[in-house]
Amino acid sequence: MSLTGNTMNYSSDNDPAIQEFNTSKLLKNARKQAEDRNYKDFFICDVDSHHYETEALPEILQYMDDPVMRHLGLSAGNVGRAGLIPQAIGSQDMAGRVTRYAGRNKEIVPEEPHRDITLARRWMDAMGTDMACLFPTPMLLLATHPQVEVEVAMARAYNRWLSERILEEDNRLVSMVYLPMNEPHEAEKMIDEFAEKKGVVGFLSTGYLKRPVHDSANMRIYAKLEEHGMPLGFHAAYHWADTSLAQLNKFISVHALGFSFCNIIHMTNWVMNGMPERFPKLKTMWIESGLAWVPFLMQRLDNEYMMRTSDAPLLKKKPSDYMREMYYSTQPMELVDNREALEVTFKMINAESQLLYSSDYPHWDMDLPSTIYDLPFLDEKAKRSILGGNAQKLFNLDPVMSEWKLEANAKG
Amino acid sequence: MPERLLCAVSDLSDKTAKICEVDGVEIGVIRHKGDIVAYKNVCPHQGGPVCEGLKMPQVCVELDDQQRALRQTFNEDELHFVCPWHGWEFKIATGEAVGDPKYKMKRYNVVERGGEVYVEV
Repeated sequence: MSLTGNTMNYSSDNDPAIQEFNTSKLLKNARKQAEDRNYKDFFICDVDSHHYETEALPEILQYMDDPVMRHLGLSAGNVGRAGLIPQAIGSQDMAGRVTRYAGRNKEIVPEEPHRDITLARRWMDAMGTDMACLFPTPMLLLATHPQVEVEVAMARAYNRWLSERILEEDNRLVSMVYLPMNEPHEAEKMIDEFAEKKGVVGFLSTGYLKRPVHDSANMRIYAKLEEHGMPLGFHAAYHWADTSLAQLNKFISVHALGFSFCNIIHMTNWVMNGMPERFPKLKTMWIESGLAWVPFLMQRLDNEYMMRTSDAPLLKKKPSDYMREMYYSTQPMELVDNREALEVTFKMINAESQLLYSSDYPHWDMDLPSTIYDLPFLDEKAKRSILGGNAQKLFNLDPVMSEWKLEANAKG
Repeated sequence: MPERLLCAVSDLSDKTAKICEVDGVEIGVIRHKGDIVAYKNVCPHQGGPVCEGLKMPQVCVELDDQQRALRQTFNEDELHFVCPWHGWEFKIATGEAVGDPKYKMKRYNVVERGGEVYVEV
């Protein structure tokens, strides 16, 4: 049998856009948008962006306390595949169509600073983003690892590496660092270790958890976050093994539903169990589920709550009243043919004060700042709040403007 | 309609769009089924360099006589530009988005003369 190759230009390896891959070149049109829209005049913060931490796994493992687990991760032929981080099924890059996945490994960077800093600065400078909250990628499913001790060890090693190698080195990068929610006493220790570190602006609960968010074992985590004045982010994920998604046969289906469904479950538990009443000072941000799920859930929960207030005795107002006080990241914003629905959504969530721009870059469904800036129903003040001002307040940021903006403003 | 020189006919291929710049605007030019077609290198979705992405054929599903899916195939009679930013696909023949034809790439009229390619701007 002869092997069949790609006879046409289907393969990203043959594509000239990939052969000399460079993030700045890929995003040249984004830079033009940034200049045309005068982003130099205001602060932009991206509250949900990513790097591929597994590409730095040998570095990260140097920060791991457990020598046996470190050896497992570094063992010959197994780097990145040794069972420390669950692998997700699904073609994020659409079989090579989204070229930055294949191109990333070919991108040339200087020896200093760290590769991840250079790559982040390239896309940030192209988009007009001044500061970015950086999250891992494969580790978003780390909470599904069957060995809780692996989740804890990986989380601690990653957080230490991130803090020392990335956040300490670059004033424009911050993070809400990984909380191993499946092991609450370790999560508490993680808060104590990292809450005061440079660039740490909050903590992150990821995707699929082994216990619901309202489980009593978690209460000390939330109390500790409240004490430190640190917001808690719920970063959604899809998990094809979730039995509620298992009948979906397409990646597009499980991705479209999974990311929203994940936060719908957590939010419903969070609100109906009265968590905002128990921890009134704890700020929460709901990340990467788009926005359309929020009006849906507000309407569903309000309607049932008014008939069944006895089911949710801790609530002192309607579920939507609590949800309107929480924070949401924008991406992936539902943009196609639904301008009126989007405007209603913005009103329902008090977007001007509660919505924070996010790109999710470099993932395939990333959103540019223009997705907010070009919305005709927002005035300039609202645009600037969503693109940066709200993040500045929530994270208590000291804004660091990008160098090209400072230079452009100096030139007048 | 004023014409602007893009490139020589010999510069073109049917595999990869040649990116030319006219008055600060990038235009992608490619041979397609014996014609030369030219589009603005800006995706109508979020502005990506749509002419620089992969060129992919339409994906189809073969059904049997009971409407059961048999397999997926490529239809190489219908080639698409794929925007490298998000994967939006556009028919190279018309510039229409595969998902909804009301989204279109901006197309330029092309004139081939004396071994050179011009666009009307």
